[in-house]
Amino acid sequence: MENWRNNKIAFFILSMPPTAWLMIFFTLPLAIMWVYSFADRGPQGQIELAINFDNYIRAVEWIHLGIIWKSIWTAAIATAITFAIGFPLAMGIAFAPPQWKNALLLMVILPFWTNLLIRTYAWIAVLRTRGFLNFGLEWVHDKINAFFALFGLTDLLGQFEALDLLYSHNAVVIGLVYVYLPFLVLPIYATLEKLDKSYLEASLDLGAGHWRTLFSITFPLALPGILSGCLLAFILSMGTFLTPDLLGGTDSEMIGNLIARQFTSSRDWPFGSALSFLLLYFTFIVLWVRATMADRNRGPV
Amino acid sequence: MPDTDKTIISVQDVTKRFGSTVTAVDNVNLEIKEGEFFALLGPSGCGKTTLLRMIAGFETLTEGAILIDGDDVSSVEPTHRPVNMVFQSYAVFPHMTVEENVGYGLRVVGTPKAEIDSRVKEAIDLVRLSGLEQRKPNKLSGGQQQRVALARALVKKPKVLLLDEPLSALDAKLREAMQLELVRLQENVGITFIIVTHDQKEALSMANRIAVMGDGKILQIASPKTLYEYPSSSFVADFIGQVNLFDVTEQGIAHGELTLTVDELGAVVLPGVDTSRTYHKLALRPEKIGVARDKPSEIGLVAIPAKLVEDSYIGDQSHLYFETAGGKALSASVQNRDRDDHHLNKRGEKMWLYWHPAHFQPLSD
Repeated sequence: MENWRNNKIAFFILSMPPTAWLMIFFTLPLAIMWVYSFADRGPQGQIELAINFDNYIRAVEWIHLGIIWKSIWTAAIATAITFAIGFPLAMGIAFAPPQWKNALLLMVILPFWTNLLIRTYAWIAVLRTRGFLNFGLEWVHDKINAFFALFGLTDLLGQFEALDLLYSHNAVVIGLVYVYLPFLVLPIYATLEKLDKSYLEASLDLGAGHWRTLFSITFPLALPGILSGCLLAFILSMGTFLTPDLLGGTDSEMIGNLIARQFTSSRDWPFGSALSFLLLYFTFIVLWVRATMADRNRGPV
Repeated sequence: MPDTDKTIISVQDVTKRFGSTVTAVDNVNLEIKEGEFFALLGPSGCGKTTLLRMIAGFETLTEGAILIDGDDVSSVEPTHRPVNMVFQSYAVFPHMTVEENVGYGLRVVGTPKAEIDSRVKEAIDLVRLSGLEQRKPNKLSGGQQQRVALARALVKKPKVLLLDEPLSALDAKLREAMQLELVRLQENVGITFIIVTHDQKEALSMANRIAVMGDGKILQIASPKTLYEYPSSSFVADFIGQVNLFDVTEQGIAHGELTLTVDELGAVVLPGVDTSRTYHKLALRPEKIGVARDKPSEIGLVAIPAKLVEDSYIGDQSHLYFETAGGKALSASVQNRDRDDHHLNKRGEKMWLYWHPAHFQPLSD
């Protein structure tokens, strides 16, 4: 068989542009950042090259550890909620009649066609005190009151009090779940789609109910996709800065915001670089754990 | 062989339509007796798998009813039907060991641990997988996975075991061995087996009775021997093995016996055949035809000269393709009893084909 390896020159020429692109716009900036992370911040915010670990030591001070911990916690909660919504959604699409599948998938991917910033702003319109959610709740509230008023129970539920959702930790979690849902749904959908349906039929045939089949067969067999989807949602949530910036309150700062601030208002690129690399290392560790688990699952028995 | 005359599965006027245009199963009636090894045989797309899946409960019926041991199961979920299935892909759970796979159907219904252990061991012994209890399916051969699927279904002690093309993924040698093994297994456990297959040899060698399906309809239900020797239609005759078909041009009765006229052969007398029906074709199996250099002298044989146009040597047999003077193609198969039997291999040679008219099967379609 003809193999690209047989034509080394063609392979070399074809691989040059992408390699160069990655080197110049990805590897090189990353290397610069890595060097900066050991540098000092000058009095005017300039970068004074040095080799010390001050920035890393600063990163694990309590105040920053608190933010890092909060980021992990927020990402974990957001991932858990995303999974609770996303897994049934993925299953619904995977087991939908074939003529529906593409339309349903399109609905999952559709939000990507609009800018993230605009979509996040849209959530402000939904969540704010005079927002769509509160309008909706108020309408339901008034209807219930009006209904009971017919029986003489005037003002049963009292005055409607708008929920203070925006600029809070909850708003951040809602925003994260919304933004990263497709990233979790698609890998799980892909795994379920490939899953031989006769496994599920065999389970039913052998006397297992639908729930038992879900937990004993579907779940374990879809585990690789579940892990991929959850990790993707978790890692992306972990590094986010736009969502907490727009929807979060003063106590909602995540590590992404902290990093962003170092490159903007704080003008402390070395510290920002150090924090970025800590986030990167953390991501690597999570991925490594995932890879090890996958190896063990696949390994000899 | 069936021990009793008790009907275990009764398929009554069952029709399955997909959408408004596709009729997969068309008004099928079927009675399967307890302890039978029953085969549903037909070309792909004839509705046999759909029928099996309706018995298992994976497809709903559009019309009709299915009774298992006297109970109408039409609205019973597969989970609660007293039948179990061996899937074409085996569907052996990849994340469970052999033992866990076999025990799954008992665990999910809360069978006591001790009973599970003994029944699982018994089932694993039955399919000769002892020693492999702790293996994962990816460390098993196709044949072994098949045995796991069998054990997993049999351990439930179903009233009927359904097998969906169970041997199609195995290579030829293993397939033959598994055919014998399935028959042995069925005789051992005494459970009714219903096997779906498109392989006529498989059905003939294993089943007590066979239902031949075509286009969603059942065309004939009979024992393997009856099906092969006395097919009821040219579709069945052609699907089960090779067949030579002759067009009947005239039908008459002479001395109280059916006489059919066939081009090139003239009038053929068929003693003992129902004279009240109209026949359009005569079927003749290739192996019933004798081949000789000279015209056979025996009285009562049908004999016709023909030219050898093609021969195909397949080891134990040779398939010989002839053409008569009138252009009629005939095939004969002969056993290669001598190692150096070259006399049949000259193409273009004129030879005599002969057979006893009792081997003719008259067909009405």
